[in-house]
Amino acid sequence: MIMPEAMGFFTDTTVCIGCKACEVACKEWNQLPAENGGVRELSGDSYDNTRKLDGIHWRHVRFIEQFKGPYDGRWLMMSDVCKHCVQAGCLEVCPTGAIIRTQFDTVVIQSDVCNGCRACIAACPFGVIDINPVSGTAQKCTLCYDRLQVGLEPACSKACPTDSIQFGTIAELRTRAEKRVAQLKSQGVDAQLYGADPKGPLGGLNSFYLLVDKPEVYGLPRHPELPTANLAKSGGLSVASAAVLGLLAIVGLRKRRMDEQSRGGTGNV
Amino acid sequence: MSDTFFSGAPHWTWLIILYFFVGGIAGGASLLAAVVDWFGGPEDRPVVRTGYNVAAVGAIVSGALLTVDLGRPLRFWHMLFQSANFPAIMFKGWSPISFGAWGILLFGLFAVLAALGGMAEEGRLHNPALRAVGGVVRGGLAKLVGGVTGLLGVFIAGYTGVLLSVTNRPIWADGPWLGALFAASAVSTGAAALILLAPRRGASEQSLARLSAFDTKALVLELLLLVLFLASLGSVNRVWVGVWGVVLLVGVVGLGILAPLRLHLQRRPVASAARLVLLGGFLLRLATIFASEGIGHYRVTAGM
Repeated sequence: MIMPEAMGFFTDTTVCIGCKACEVACKEWNQLPAENGGVRELSGDSYDNTRKLDGIHWRHVRFIEQFKGPYDGRWLMMSDVCKHCVQAGCLEVCPTGAIIRTQFDTVVIQSDVCNGCRACIAACPFGVIDINPVSGTAQKCTLCYDRLQVGLEPACSKACPTDSIQFGTIAELRTRAEKRVAQLKSQGVDAQLYGADPKGPLGGLNSFYLLVDKPEVYGLPRHPELPTANLAKSGGLSVASAAVLGLLAIVGLRKRRMDEQSRGGTGNV
Repeated sequence: MSDTFFSGAPHWTWLIILYFFVGGIAGGASLLAAVVDWFGGPEDRPVVRTGYNVAAVGAIVSGALLTVDLGRPLRFWHMLFQSANFPAIMFKGWSPISFGAWGILLFGLFAVLAALGGMAEEGRLHNPALRAVGGVVRGGLAKLVGGVTGLLGVFIAGYTGVLLSVTNRPIWADGPWLGALFAASAVSTGAAALILLAPRRGASEQSLARLSAFDTKALVLELLLLVLFLASLGSVNRVWVGVWGVVLLVGVVGLGILAPLRLHLQRRPVASAARLVLLGGFLLRLATIFASEGIGHYRVTAGM
């Protein structure tokens, strides 16, 4: 069997128009339920009313409304999704083996294996995963694993009217992204890629972005890390603390017993 | 801003806080019971037996709380065995929630054996099957079972803090001290539980005084670790500005550590200090969990 190449998304945020067609296509294809029984609550402080990725929103178009005054400002828009990290924190900590890496180098949660412990939610540095209240399991973008297996492209990139979301092999997408950055820079735009570097954090992201502001502005961490980065130090200090407590108990008890014995107490070691 | 602020909250709330508290007491009590079992005298037996009982009941309650908290409780066994490849073992040595699941299972098994051994020793087992099991756990085997229970107990006491550190959440993953702090708090609450419960099983004043003296040291260590934990958080400490900071300062430090230390030093009756230690242990977990849980991803990125 010939293994397929690593597949993913390149999202060029400069051409996103915030139409949210990707969100709708994702919801339709994956049969994701409506929030709040379909009664939409307006955010009240933004034109973005879906606000975040979660178990029933696997795509989310983030609106960054940078306005200082009525005629002074700009819109930034970014269609956000699971990053399908090459080193994935969710997959690393999942205690049931529900989270797997597919033949397309994407990261998928098997809903029939997940038991809803929610370790992956806290492990993801991007806040992508959440519980789907219908299934009771953790869910996120599968990069349309079902469509990929029959040679179709994911629903979101298929629906995107401006090609802000581009689907393809990672190698091809990186080449395309670098060309686009060079083009924008030649026009005086301060463009940069986020997650395209395989030597960067998490071994690179199979869903990477072209940004024109700091990553934090788009809700992206500057240096995302694997959760196990803390394991050795935290575990070591915990063992040291436990050892001190054990020794305090042993030494304290023996000392007191010896004191009592020397005073003619009832102890009889 | 710490990169942890971009992650999502896992909705670990009341059931998990209760588990951290109950599991901590059970783990701490079993460590002390094992130490007294190995290094104490005959007059300390009520403390040993109480400790193993607290461990057994705590382990069973812990398992129940964790199972009920799952989105799909009937799939709890997926953490122990590969669901698509049963009975192949499911175990990740680098994932605290994975090795913790095995830890709780083994702790529960050994704690129940140790507790049955203790109850058989007292002649309190009337069910023939339980009496038979309890009768086997005596002498050298009882010490061995007790020792393993104590070691597993101290693991349970500390791993919950490590579990929180091995995430990408604010507070939890911003410093390495949470496992050490939870271990100290667990052992101190375990001692407090023994001080309150052991007299019913006939524990002597002497035994209780020893536990109280140990608890004083554990509280000092807990205070030191709490200071180190907060110092390691750096600028993230701003999340404590609010109700959970008050709970941490007044509830945990004031009522849960300094007040019982003062009572210990004044040689007041040990029970009142023990109750405060239990309250402090609960509030430590409450504040640590909710202070982080309250930080929503979208709120931060939206500057709200």
